[in-house]
Amino acid sequence: MELKFPIYLDNNATTPMDPRVLDAMLPYFVEQFGNAASRNHSFGWVAEEAVDYAREQVAKLINCDPKEVIFTSGATEANNLAIKGVFEMYASKGNHIITCTTEHKAVLDTCKHVEKMGGSVTYLQVQPDGLIDLAELEKAITPQTILITIMYGNNEIGVVQPIKEIAAIAKKHGALFFTDGTQAVGKIPVDVMADGIDLMSFSGHKMYGPKGVGVLYVRRKNPRVKVTAQMDGGGHERGMRSGTLNVPGIVGIGKACEICRLEMDAEAVRLSIMRDRLEAALTQIDESYVNGNVQHRLPHVANISFKYVEGEGLLMGFNKQIALSSGSACTSASLEPSYVLKSLGLGDDLAHSSLRFGLGRFTTDMEIDYTIKAITETVLKLREMSPLWEMFKEGIDMDKIEWAHH
Amino acid sequence: MAYSEKVIDHYSNPKNVGTLDKANKNVGTGLVGAPECGDVMRLQIEVDEVTGIIKDAKFKTFGCGSAIASSSLATEWLKGKTIDEAVAIDNMDIVEELNLPPVKIHCSVLAEDAIKSAINDYRVKNGLPELVEEKAH
Repeated sequence: MELKFPIYLDNNATTPMDPRVLDAMLPYFVEQFGNAASRNHSFGWVAEEAVDYAREQVAKLINCDPKEVIFTSGATEANNLAIKGVFEMYASKGNHIITCTTEHKAVLDTCKHVEKMGGSVTYLQVQPDGLIDLAELEKAITPQTILITIMYGNNEIGVVQPIKEIAAIAKKHGALFFTDGTQAVGKIPVDVMADGIDLMSFSGHKMYGPKGVGVLYVRRKNPRVKVTAQMDGGGHERGMRSGTLNVPGIVGIGKACEICRLEMDAEAVRLSIMRDRLEAALTQIDESYVNGNVQHRLPHVANISFKYVEGEGLLMGFNKQIALSSGSACTSASLEPSYVLKSLGLGDDLAHSSLRFGLGRFTTDMEIDYTIKAITETVLKLREMSPLWEMFKEGIDMDKIEWAHH
Repeated sequence: MAYSEKVIDHYSNPKNVGTLDKANKNVGTGLVGAPECGDVMRLQIEVDEVTGIIKDAKFKTFGCGSAIASSSLATEWLKGKTIDEAVAIDNMDIVEELNLPPVKIHCSVLAEDAIKSAINDYRVKNGLPELVEEKAH
């Protein structure tokens, strides 16, 4: 097989769509265009049947009842619906929510919004390896706590939180447990029954499905969970999410879930072998560090800092050939380095020096070989150009220099 | 964000990467930026004692492609200039030459600061008063 450029290693941002998913979707654009809510003709029946089938495909992947699947426009909407919806629905029980500092912005900013609406939110610090401290979590619970929201797997470092234990703590104290499963569902086994999850969000485009469609799982039994709708209208999705169903998108996420369910175990093994090989080779470079816990981690993710080299400068060395993300400020709109890496206690310098690798279904061994070579060469080249590397080699203590912050 | 050809060229083939002997009286060293901010530039000039002309300039930069390109360009421009001419280099000249987008203007500011800092280091070493900053960034 021949190496094709550019190599895509940013699968945590989005995944390419699996051609099998596209094939499943195609009939539902032009021929089977019906509205799933049209009850009185065949166009509507066909669309409804397709949606019901997709709901079953989704339910099978996460081991829930199809009725517990609420389709949304994506994980961001599902996160908003879960957090704001629980906050409003359970207002008479309390107003306190617990989350952690490494959550995705769709959770953190929703929590900030809830604070403006009169809610009280505890943002747990994570440990240096990215995991939350379960004792801290339990300590943070008050009689007012209605919801604990902790992500399944982290999008930047891939760290997988102790979901079952968190769910047990939530249950013990009568709080609901919501998890943002965007990076984990379809990559590792996620079983809402076994894990004790009450609500969970995920998105089609992170699992080789289409963009613009996502899911909120809402438990119906033990306990029966309800969320207040955030969108008013025709009362679709059991009244929790109005709006004409995105039938092709839903068919797509259904198919994507089915493929993941059937292929995920083998894929996880294949990807973790490649990821470990990549990581082992790149940590051969002096002063390179893996960020986050390596035991409890998604199989396809690695986050590595190459000290004394700046991330965006590093990406520029091969960005025509390899698509990757960095935690450097320069690659974000905010000009702040990654808040996730900073939450681990990393200095800004190490956060600026990080690369995030997200392998995927279509990643090949040859691509990994090429990536190892290109990154190693670029790091070495940029270090020759780095005044910090020179100082490090001379044994100068850089913490003692009075830097001119600008 | 796409980089301009000139930025890519300086990044791929940086001019004047290196180190001059900072103990040398004729060498001025400027070290600006901070690791936490994601860019640090070290720019050095060597001034000819007789003619007062900058006969060599070197840099090392930790930063993004635009920061590397700005410092590489600065060293090219410095060579052959007198101190007075060098002082006149404005960050906007660098922005224009490299077609830097607005979010990268700080890289050119840093390069200008590095030039001034190197010149001041040289002046202090040679018993001259430091230049006073005309404008605050």
